[in-house]
Amino acid sequence: MDKQGNILFSGVGGQGILLASEITAYSLLAAGFDAKKSEVHGMAQRGGSVTAQLRYGDKVYSPLIEPGKADILVAFEVMEAARYLPYLHKDSKVIVNTQRILPPAVATGQTSYPENTLDILREKGISVVTVDALDLAREVGEVKTVNVVMVGAMAAFLPIDPSVCIAVIEKRVPQRFREVNLKAFAAGTKAAA
Amino acid sequence: MKENTIWMSGNEAIALGAFEAGVTVASGYPGTPSTEIMENLCRYENVYTEWAPNEKVGLEVAIGASFAGARALATMKHVGVNVAADPLFTASYTGGRGGLVIITADDPEMHSSQNEQDNRNYAFAAKVPMLEPSEPAEAKDYMRLAYELSEELDTPVFVRITTRVSHVKGIVTQGEVVKGPVPVEIEKVPGKFVMLPANARKRRAAVEERMARCREIAESAPYNVIEEGDTKRGFITAGVAYLYVKEAFPDAAVLKLGMCWPLPEKLIRRFAEMVDELIVVEELDPFLETHIKAMGISCKGKELIPNQGELNTAIVRNALDPEHQVELFAAPELPMRPPNMCAGCPHRGIFFNLSRMKVFVSGDIGCYTLGFLPPLSAMDSTVCMGAAIPIAHGMAKALGEGYHDKVVAVLGDSTFIHSGVTGLINTVYNNSASTLIILDNRITAMTGQQHNPTSGATIKGEAAASIDLEALCRAVGVRHVYVVDPHDVPETRRVLKEAIALQEPSVVISQAPCVLLPELKLRKPVSYFTNQENCVGCMSCIRLGCPAISWTSFAEGEAEQRGYKKKQKGISKIDEILCNDCGQCASLCKFNAITRGEK
Repeated sequence: MDKQGNILFSGVGGQGILLASEITAYSLLAAGFDAKKSEVHGMAQRGGSVTAQLRYGDKVYSPLIEPGKADILVAFEVMEAARYLPYLHKDSKVIVNTQRILPPAVATGQTSYPENTLDILREKGISVVTVDALDLAREVGEVKTVNVVMVGAMAAFLPIDPSVCIAVIEKRVPQRFREVNLKAFAAGTKAAA
Repeated sequence: MKENTIWMSGNEAIALGAFEAGVTVASGYPGTPSTEIMENLCRYENVYTEWAPNEKVGLEVAIGASFAGARALATMKHVGVNVAADPLFTASYTGGRGGLVIITADDPEMHSSQNEQDNRNYAFAAKVPMLEPSEPAEAKDYMRLAYELSEELDTPVFVRITTRVSHVKGIVTQGEVVKGPVPVEIEKVPGKFVMLPANARKRRAAVEERMARCREIAESAPYNVIEEGDTKRGFITAGVAYLYVKEAFPDAAVLKLGMCWPLPEKLIRRFAEMVDELIVVEELDPFLETHIKAMGISCKGKELIPNQGELNTAIVRNALDPEHQVELFAAPELPMRPPNMCAGCPHRGIFFNLSRMKVFVSGDIGCYTLGFLPPLSAMDSTVCMGAAIPIAHGMAKALGEGYHDKVVAVLGDSTFIHSGVTGLINTVYNNSASTLIILDNRITAMTGQQHNPTSGATIKGEAAASIDLEALCRAVGVRHVYVVDPHDVPETRRVLKEAIALQEPSVVISQAPCVLLPELKLRKPVSYFTNQENCVGCMSCIRLGCPAISWTSFAEGEAEQRGYKKKQKGISKIDEILCNDCGQCASLCKFNAITRGEK
């Protein structure tokens, strides 16, 4: 296996980034890759900007993605896509949930939510796929599946067959949430196609 | 994934390693990044686990279990070792019977800490061996090694991890479960266990003898290993820094030290002679570098590698080969997204009030430290666990007459039990008029909902005695104890004013559960909503800084067009999905613009 890659997940505490990164990690492991994943807990989780960093390959040493070396950025919120621009290179793939979550300075009227942030990425030649994950999650009947919609949207960019991800969801997600998560995954895949 | 392998975090791996090593007693106090060790260990069979009120107590419990012959574990974050330092330095003399391991989880970069101390210095100062894994798989394996070393040398052993070991996931291989070799029974060993001066002087010599033996073990231990490679530049490294070296310089010769104290001098000397240039790569202090230089071996270290913050592959590579630095896309300017108290957080009501009172707020460590951030900006000092109360007392004594109503201490229930109560005793005993606010949300919230002596349950969720905070405060001599519901913001203000005005010590207990408690998450909160036609744009609710409330500015002329007064600048809106049904905003609104219930 000669493939290796770095996937950065970004968003806002409480959006389910950890589960999305877990499903992705288990899928890559099932396909025979080595992997490491780094998360930050504690103070960083109270509604602040959060990331999970997933690296895979034959043998992974460092758990951290170097700036400029993220191959895929899965952003759960628009501004949280642009924030991690220094981690990207010109061939990075960015999958963005078009949802906007207002940071405190915007919510309290101190400043406004920045417009056209995704154009900053596009101007660098980076390919950006937008997905209305919140809307799709509502459509499948559970707003909490935004994270699995995002995994579905990203799956096409992984070096593995999407069926591996589906098998992971079937194995790892509790029975009562399984069906809705499989639907969410399919909706994400379709939206990004 | 291969058979018998599990994808797990460093903290989960330490718990598994402790279980496999036959640990039967473990005590800890929650603290990022160490918390999940105990949370996972408590799920294994045949291991007694507990949350201690603080790290000193936790370590003393583990020392007792070791005296009884059990393999014992104490877990804490780096600053927790400061609290546990008293028993630590003497346990170094006593040793134990069963193996005794202390986990110190350091937090370079201060992701969730108030300082960045490098606890390898404790191994040196307390004369205790320290192992330092670089990743989850090693973390598990080192636990077993640590217990063997502890029993062989009759010493506590540190296992030092950092955030990027604790909260990193990797593939871990399961092993067999062993039993501690020491019989669990009462065996009186007064010469070892009773540290009065005559005995302690003998043990002092035993400590030196043991560390000399440990240095010998370190010379040939399998975890201190030379990885051969290009000898033009050779690296000595330990912990997570090893991984960055391997990635930045995959072909270089490396001496990886799995034991960062004591150091194997002969091995280091041999490696130094093998390579043309010797470079030490370590996070934080020049710990290895200083001790290697003291051996008379020349090396480079902190003149190249930063002594602050975390390292990563790019930092290590750029430090040595700056010409290979790649140009990065610049970060766009965006509004910051700092952490915030949750929607419905009871602390918000207290800090909103404090932000409107002319007082110095002596704060502490917990979710409520977020009360420092705008728009509340109502915390004026934060030093360490429990410090809120003595700092307020010290300020009151220094300021003297006329300032009895100017200093307020604030801390949480768990922090109060951890090390706040002694401060309150001092406030009463030495009589200062400062007011203490205890934020009683019935849980240790910041670290992710751990039980504590006030919450009525053990680490396993079994029923336990719970401390009556009001009775406790009265018992230590506080005559004025108030209990308030912080969600009623105006009434809380009235009580705070009354308590602060007193010329005697007073305590206000702010009583409302954390909204993240499982039982609160299960309930269906009734949302509040804004009657936008009544909103006059006064921003009273906005100033709470609640994530569920947002402001919409009017465009030029929009106010009149929509039937509002010409000068109105905008309106507020509650996000009914985010609202957690606390009612603080409604208690503040004077215009009947916020109502609870269905629209």
